[in-house]
Amino acid sequence: MKNRIIPLKNPAYFISHAAVGGHEEGKGPLGRCFDLIEPDDKFGMDTWEHAEGEIGRLALGFALKKAGLASMDLRFLFAGDLQNQCVASSGGLYTFGIPYIGLYGACSTCTEALMCLSVFLSESGGESIGAAVTTSHNCAAERQFRTPIEYGGQRSPTAQWTATGGGAISLSARKRESIVPAAITAVMPSKVIDGAISDATNMGAAMAPAAAESILHYFAESCEDISSFDAIVTGDLGRVGSELLLSLLSEGGIDISKIHFDCGNLLYDFDLQDVHSGGSGCGCSASVLSAFFVPKLFSGEYKRLLFLSTGALMSPSSVQQGDHIFGVAPAIKIERTDLC
Amino acid sequence: MHTNKNYKVLVEKMSPKSPVLKNCVRAFFFGGLVCFLGQWLSYLFIWLGASREDSLSFVSISLIFTAALLTGLGFFDRIARFAGAGTLVPVTGFANSVVSPAIDTKSEGFILGVGAKIFTVAGPVIVYGILSGMLYGIIYFIYLLLTGGV
Repeated sequence: MKNRIIPLKNPAYFISHAAVGGHEEGKGPLGRCFDLIEPDDKFGMDTWEHAEGEIGRLALGFALKKAGLASMDLRFLFAGDLQNQCVASSGGLYTFGIPYIGLYGACSTCTEALMCLSVFLSESGGESIGAAVTTSHNCAAERQFRTPIEYGGQRSPTAQWTATGGGAISLSARKRESIVPAAITAVMPSKVIDGAISDATNMGAAMAPAAAESILHYFAESCEDISSFDAIVTGDLGRVGSELLLSLLSEGGIDISKIHFDCGNLLYDFDLQDVHSGGSGCGCSASVLSAFFVPKLFSGEYKRLLFLSTGALMSPSSVQQGDHIFGVAPAIKIERTDLC
Repeated sequence: MHTNKNYKVLVEKMSPKSPVLKNCVRAFFFGGLVCFLGQWLSYLFIWLGASREDSLSFVSISLIFTAALLTGLGFFDRIARFAGAGTLVPVTGFANSVVSPAIDTKSEGFILGVGAKIFTVAGPVIVYGILSGMLYGIIYFIYLLLTGGV
């Protein structure tokens, strides 16, 4: 397939970004980069599910405030989370009154949301502004996908830790003079890839083939030089998945080991935090993008990066019925348009 | 790209295994510690005037209460992460497996939440415990019939 990459006619410019995390994220190496670290993992709410909604509400609030925007300035809101029917996003964000499109891409939701939003903005042009919000909550996810929160068991070394956190990013169709021009310039949807993994405690292995397929395809179709990228960032492959990705890519004749980052490996301190193979959850890549990578683009340290949040598509029923866990890895290219 | 079969081999190779020996040693000592505690509790109850048989029931009640309390206070999962089967196999594990879903599902109401979901983890133990008890009873009954015990 030769037309999977969609170059945007009008780049979608970053105007603001915000990351919110829980106390475990605060203890990680990126803790200081978050706009808010809330020590109370319930975020002052009555349930874990409401707490996840509150993360989205807070993150979008910060992003709007930083850009000096009111919610009525936004034309679109793309949002998603890990709960059934994305109730955290709808419940947490309805008060903003922004036209809303809910997405579910498991842990790939952040890239999915930015991909869709940037295409909407590119097509609508003019003064259009939109936001992408993605959240996950460790306790809400444990309850939905695994065992009760206080259940005492041991986890597999390949298991990952669902992040309690989220990110909000606002994009504009028009370049603003007051803000350095970092923009999404191309997007590429993912194929659904079956790595024949059905072990729900090894999501990195389930997602690595999708990330490898997307990266190999991206460079084959675009004919771009890997060395022109400062970073190729995957969402939440963790340690196991990252190793698998590099191994799969080397078989495909590509070496990205020097510029590969995985948000799941960046969010926590492996020596001090009991997160096994690393962070996961759609809030992981969303918060790391907002807290770590976008600031690096704004500062000029990075000029061009390829960002792929990785998603493991499964439900508690599909896992119990022994189905394979499918992987997706949509990609967006983010560039400093003035420097590239 | 990899075929699925090759990929499975690669995954197998690159995924760290659970530290079985370490887990077994920890489970042995923690499980032993729980039993040691139980034994001393039993002596305590006998000293307080309970019969030997009653003291064993009091031991179970005490251990279940302690595990439930530690679960409610949020400590049990941290201990269990370290102790593994050492806290899972004794009655403490069963207490935790009933209390933890109860805490989780309280937000969904007492009927459809706690009432319906309290045995989501412990359910299989109860179902197959009763089933194997019934099977054993039937086998024992047939044995008695054959040996003229009935």
